[in-house]
Amino acid sequence: MGIAPTPGVPQVIPARAGLSAVRGARGPEKPNYLAAILFLLPAGLLLVVFLLYPSLYTVLLSFNRGRNGVFDQWVGFDNYVRLFSDADFINLSTFPPSGALWNNILWIVIYTSFVIFLGLIIAVVAARVRYEAVIKAIVFIPMAIAATALAVIWKFVYSPDANIGLLNALLGVFGVAPISWLGDENIVNFALIAVGIWGSVGFATVILSAAVKSIPGEVIESARVEGANERQIFFRMILPMVSLPISVLAVTLVVNVIKLFDLIYVMTAGGPGKASRVIAFVMYQQAFQAGQYGYGSAVAVVMLVLLIPIMIYNVRRFRTGAVT
Amino acid sequence: MVAALNHWVIHIALGLIGVIWLVPTVGLLVTSFRPRSDIQATGWWDIFNLHLTIENYRQVLEAQGMLQAFVNTVFIAVPSTFLPLAICSLAAYAFSWIKFPFRDTLFLIVIAFLLVPVQVAFIPLLTTATSLVPDLQLTRGYVAVWLAHTAFALPFGIFLLRNFFITLPPDMIEAARIDGASDFRVFSRIVLPVSVPAIAAYGIFQFLWVWNDLLMALVFVQDSSKFPMTRAIQNLLSQYGTEWHLLAAGAFLLMIVPLVVFFSLQRYFVQGLLAGSIK
Repeated sequence: MGIAPTPGVPQVIPARAGLSAVRGARGPEKPNYLAAILFLLPAGLLLVVFLLYPSLYTVLLSFNRGRNGVFDQWVGFDNYVRLFSDADFINLSTFPPSGALWNNILWIVIYTSFVIFLGLIIAVVAARVRYEAVIKAIVFIPMAIAATALAVIWKFVYSPDANIGLLNALLGVFGVAPISWLGDENIVNFALIAVGIWGSVGFATVILSAAVKSIPGEVIESARVEGANERQIFFRMILPMVSLPISVLAVTLVVNVIKLFDLIYVMTAGGPGKASRVIAFVMYQQAFQAGQYGYGSAVAVVMLVLLIPIMIYNVRRFRTGAVT
Repeated sequence: MVAALNHWVIHIALGLIGVIWLVPTVGLLVTSFRPRSDIQATGWWDIFNLHLTIENYRQVLEAQGMLQAFVNTVFIAVPSTFLPLAICSLAAYAFSWIKFPFRDTLFLIVIAFLLVPVQVAFIPLLTTATSLVPDLQLTRGYVAVWLAHTAFALPFGIFLLRNFFITLPPDMIEAARIDGASDFRVFSRIVLPVSVPAIAAYGIFQFLWVWNDLLMALVFVQDSSKFPMTRAIQNLLSQYGTEWHLLAAGAFLLMIVPLVVFFSLQRYFVQGLLAGSIK
């Protein structure tokens, strides 16, 4: 799906859905083993075969040379050492730093902040006009579209040929020579991040719009009557109400960035050179194009490790959902 | 005076946003109907020289095999939607209305699985599938991609549906049980029928997720005659990177179903996307 909606992060969990709800639920007094097994068998089998077992295998394989994807020679932390000393993966010795992992960091900082900022602005401003639903729908459309299609749409906009690419045609009006948005290694990441932002703002808008709407209109109205200006209303009333949805949204967007693949693969294939590679792209390339299974496994494990804090956050929040 | 000024600024700003979010897609849509020679000569915004044709679509559907790819996408997406729906509903029912030991612990594990990146499973799944059962050639057909999509959909689907099932009134379930209904009967005759909206929202989400997917198809569909549209377009792009008449038409064939779903089922669609987010 587009870029944004990771089916991965439970967002604001309804209080009723916490574990307390389970404990409160009445069922038959005695545990029903047979029914439980029958209802859980298909899911359990698939989860073990397709998720649990492969994950453990991959973790082990990351400590192996892993030629042909099987264990052939244990190499300890060699894959990780190679990975983190590979300037194409992370290079902090230059300024600005570079490498695939660095690109993910760039994405996290720029993409996440812009998506939330623009989403909040649009949600708040659109709430004041009658065509709010239309604006929200327009901004949301990219969410329905495949990243592959987003990539085609924006490769077209970015085309270096001013007769084809809208952006360079606009620059041409001002007498600026065409820019190779996706062909210049200093620009490419920002051009890609802009596409990501364009694709995800609708998601943020819809979520934050619901949060903004949860503030009763008469509360804001009475604040206005008492002389509060728009800025005070925004910072003192709206912002505190949306801080929880924003933090949850931020987590979702960070997860999207860590898993980001389709858009990069289709738009630039990591290029020019290796300038726009991201971590999920490196994993795919190392494992399936270069046949470096052990090394590719190490990259996959790095992805997993980056997500573990968020997993713990989710589980914690879900458990405390019982308290709130 | 100030209020009026504010209003002008707001309308202009929102108008600008509307333009920025519509124009790229509209530009590609217009291009998909322009003859190749026109595309090479002038930009799509040159509306005074607009000649429209469906030749691009004919060419991409027939000569470039996009018709087959469209059918393949349907073949991949439909089972990859209904399998998770069935399996997730069963598991979600167990997590909501059947008592068994370690239920909470198991459910927390499912929540932890929500975020496991698919990349972690790719290598073993591929090498085991090919080395353990070489005769089956799972990745030559659709079975591998169906199962992979289903398995990776489970944590989210179970989470979502369980959160809905748990909100059903306990008395309704209890009453059926007192009447002697088995769990399967309670599930199929009571829980499923009243949960249609939630299941539909999740089904639409999952369908579009699979429809739009490229990564899983790259890894689990190895036979080029079975490639879905996302892969076909990616191939078009690497072969004919500047043949915009083909790329534009191809991209719109990929987008048409999601857009129809979006405009006809917008409420469900947004719900599905946000489900598990805000209640």
